[in-house]
Amino acid sequence: MSTDQASSADQLLASVDAEPGDRVRVHRDEDTLEGRVMPRHGFSDPDVVVLKLDSGYNIGLRVDEGDEVERLETGGEAPEQPPAMPDDVDELPTVALLGTGGTIASFVEYRTGAVHPATSPEELAAAVPEAFEHARLDPEVVFEAFSEDLTPDHWSQLADAVEAAFERGVEGVVVTHGTDTMHYTAMALELAFDELPGPVVLVGAQRSSDRPSSDAATNLTSAVRVAAETDAGEAMVVMHEGMSDETWAIHAAGRARKMHTSRRDAFQSLDHRPLGVVTDDAIEWNVEPREPADRVQRSGSFDADVGLVHSYPGIDADEIRAAARDGLVVAGTGLGHLPSHLAEDVDELTDEGTLVAMASQCLNGRTNMHVYETGRQLVEAGAIEAGDMLPETAYVKLVWALATADDPDEARELFRQPQGREQSPRTGFYYPREEAR
Amino acid sequence: MSDPDLVCGLEIHQQLDTGKLFCDCPTELDEREEVTITRRLRPTQSEMGEVDRAALAEARKGRDFSYEASSATACLVEADEEPPHALNQQALDVALTIAAMTDARPADEVHTMRKIVIDGSNTTGFQRTALVAKGGSIEISEGEIELEAMALEEDAARIMQRGSRQARYRLDRLGIPLVEIATAPQLHSPEAVREAAQRIGTMIRATGQAKRGLGTIRQDLNISVPEGARVEIKGVQDLDLLPTYVEQEQQRQRTFVELADRLSKTTSPEALPEGPVDVSDVFEHTDSSVVEDALAADGEVWALALPGFDGHLGTREETDHRLGRELAGYARSQGASGLFHTDELPAYGITEHEIGQVHEALGTDPDEDAFCLVAADPDIAQRSLEAALERAHTAFEGVPEETREALENGLTRYLRPLPGSARMYPETDVPPATIDPDRMAAIEAGLPELPEEKQARYQEELELNEEIAAALATSEHAGLFDDLVAEGAEASVAASSVLQIRPQVEDEGHEVPDELLREAVSALTDGAFTKDALEDVLLEAAREGLAIEDAVEELGLGGVSEDEAREIVEGIVDDNAEMVENQGMGAMGALMGQAMGELKGKLEGETVNRLVREAIQERI
Repeated sequence: MSTDQASSADQLLASVDAEPGDRVRVHRDEDTLEGRVMPRHGFSDPDVVVLKLDSGYNIGLRVDEGDEVERLETGGEAPEQPPAMPDDVDELPTVALLGTGGTIASFVEYRTGAVHPATSPEELAAAVPEAFEHARLDPEVVFEAFSEDLTPDHWSQLADAVEAAFERGVEGVVVTHGTDTMHYTAMALELAFDELPGPVVLVGAQRSSDRPSSDAATNLTSAVRVAAETDAGEAMVVMHEGMSDETWAIHAAGRARKMHTSRRDAFQSLDHRPLGVVTDDAIEWNVEPREPADRVQRSGSFDADVGLVHSYPGIDADEIRAAARDGLVVAGTGLGHLPSHLAEDVDELTDEGTLVAMASQCLNGRTNMHVYETGRQLVEAGAIEAGDMLPETAYVKLVWALATADDPDEARELFRQPQGREQSPRTGFYYPREEAR
Repeated sequence: MSDPDLVCGLEIHQQLDTGKLFCDCPTELDEREEVTITRRLRPTQSEMGEVDRAALAEARKGRDFSYEASSATACLVEADEEPPHALNQQALDVALTIAAMTDARPADEVHTMRKIVIDGSNTTGFQRTALVAKGGSIEISEGEIELEAMALEEDAARIMQRGSRQARYRLDRLGIPLVEIATAPQLHSPEAVREAAQRIGTMIRATGQAKRGLGTIRQDLNISVPEGARVEIKGVQDLDLLPTYVEQEQQRQRTFVELADRLSKTTSPEALPEGPVDVSDVFEHTDSSVVEDALAADGEVWALALPGFDGHLGTREETDHRLGRELAGYARSQGASGLFHTDELPAYGITEHEIGQVHEALGTDPDEDAFCLVAADPDIAQRSLEAALERAHTAFEGVPEETREALENGLTRYLRPLPGSARMYPETDVPPATIDPDRMAAIEAGLPELPEEKQARYQEELELNEEIAAALATSEHAGLFDDLVAEGAEASVAASSVLQIRPQVEDEGHEVPDELLREAVSALTDGAFTKDALEDVLLEAAREGLAIEDAVEELGLGGVSEDEAREIVEGIVDDNAEMVENQGMGAMGALMGQAMGELKGKLEGETVNRLVREAIQERI
């Protein structure tokens, strides 16, 4: 059906200059329908005109050459009434709200039903007024990207924005983020600072904010409360604790991982207790948060090239080599294994100067490469154990370690030393999932 | 009796048995509770892009919704924890089939919309609905009735408990497909309303994919009565009560048109107060348990003065349509469980003395004025009486436009104001469904037979009598009957097996699946046993979980040849030689009885009868 020339629907609408939002009457062989022209859906047939009828329903009408259309009135611009900021409440703490894309707060355009992210402070205030009851929000858009499109370079930009915000004197920072890679960014922000004078809280939504059941507003409000009301000097993730709108979990950077494609409680703490829980009335800590510092102090950068591969039955040397650059993290099987015949390739890679770290795709538990022969061979080949670090955490940390260290030995040391809560020599009884409280 | 001034329209919602509309869950109800989820809904931004702060404040102090679910009948889609799957194509085919049967014009592309509903009955805060076809018509005795629109939508969650602060739902029903058909307002008598509803219901059921049983069909009625108002009556489940709702609504509206007249003679809207007042003090030592309980739970008693209303609120004994009942409906819409008013007091433990004191507190005259009371949570009591006050004002104008809820006794009660035009947004998670001409052509080519067509075919081609043919044609098992006949069964045997024998076996508590019945009838057709043994065979197989072949053997029915039977019969006749000698053919009955005792189920009665007759004849 698709051709190089404009579709019959486009031609018909163009013949009367009708655009989305305009009211038209479409005459086809036997019937006549009136409504507003809507933009076509991505999966719509190109020969279909989509009308919003007076009943509110959209309907797709296939049109061809004999059909006619009249434009009855133009839709005009959506009524423009700039939303106002809530009154400044001086005694409230100031919290920077850093936007990175994603639709944690968004507008529905009523003529077309299209969803736009809320970017200005005014739009945000209109969308989630309750967040402003806990803090004076100071919003800024750092970049607008899907979280699956982010790179280590984005982490640096975001760290710059966090640093600038604390230098302006905010009490805390909230970062709104797409959920797909939010756990990578949380780890990056934790590593990017030697000292933090307040909490850096990452928050996202699993249900878009254009629906009454969205988790966006309550997640954001909980994140703002953590940023405004707690004394903590570390990066964390705040999201729904369960499927109910009752409690919100505070997860440690490096330990939080997106464990579900769609549920509100997709983020879980692995091998670690959630740091705390937010309820309507209180913020309760399970783990004492790190004391805030007096000032903000950066640490290192993310300018290094690291690959992350998942081992599987049949993986071959080419795949390992293609992923290995300055560094390579392998999400190995079990206690931290690759097929034994690849030990030789790992040996060559480490000889060529690549730092190779072995994590486990089990996600829970720690690596131990001294139990089986294959593990011992990999250690002899120069691979470093990631211990109880998640593969994604190990990846971010290796990028940071390589970019920050002056030489490979120092990078190796930075990687192995706990920098925050991302690794620990002790494994608690947290599996499969400890009740948060 | 057609009355051109009475204008009714119907909206039929019928559940389909196709699996849920936007996920792959079954469409069964289920009492198990595996998880409970608590949620709040939040108004979305208005068209202006702003959240209405008043509405938001209301929502925030408002209700928590809890949802019970079991994995057998719900999944993460119903819990709003997973995006919807694509529109169920089987359900769409049913809707397109009905469109073809009614000559409606299908959409070329079906777009799923979100209709905002934040009473908690949908976990998402909206109901997904899609317009499938427009136009078309049905034929009833008053003539042709046009159809306005046909939509497919998801059914709401099932309400289990409704409180002023909390509502509890089950997710089993959420997402069951509903086909919604709306007629034009062209029905002019109670009987026409019933006939149209029946006609539409019949057409949907003819597709063979409608769910059956209580609660699977719901009818909404739109009624405009001359001099009265347009009223929508929601949720009529019983088809036979439809005319009653129309008649009752006409009567109700007439009553309130007259009341407006009478009220205007004794009082005026200007005499009504600004609002209700707190009269809790009067009831400090009350004997009324309702009031006492409310006060004990930190509640208050509020009173609304109704100057000049004495005698106009009505009592239960006088009439079903009384203003007191309407005021109570408005109060209930704001969370009160009901209200007391002076026309029915003293009662419920409220004394003459207390009534006098309330009059005193309100400054009203017991001989002319009325008041009503609500004992509840202070906020609810106040809001409930404010709503009642609103209704007292409209009493002077006649009948307000409103949505009313159908009650089981044919009466209705106030539910909410008439809905404005629905707020609908595209459901961006569901791609539009293209209806190409080939699909419609295939549907047109395979349209289901309507019951009257089926009945005619059964009578003419299969020579069944009218009663049986009609029963089969409207039975949900007509398809099974057609299959049995196609597989070679005699029509009369197939009919009785479906209409009588299976229900009898099932009445004894043994389920007979279609497959088992087909197996049995097929064995019968092949001569494995006889007609009169069908029930025994089915019962044995169903009860013991046997294959038909094994049940036949277990009952000792298998294979008796005519020669073997003749031997048995001759033995019986010989044993009774004396009787045969004395009575001749008169012994037939007694000997037939004995022979059947031995041969029942193994050989057809007619054959046994012939063998007995021959054996007797040989001996006389």
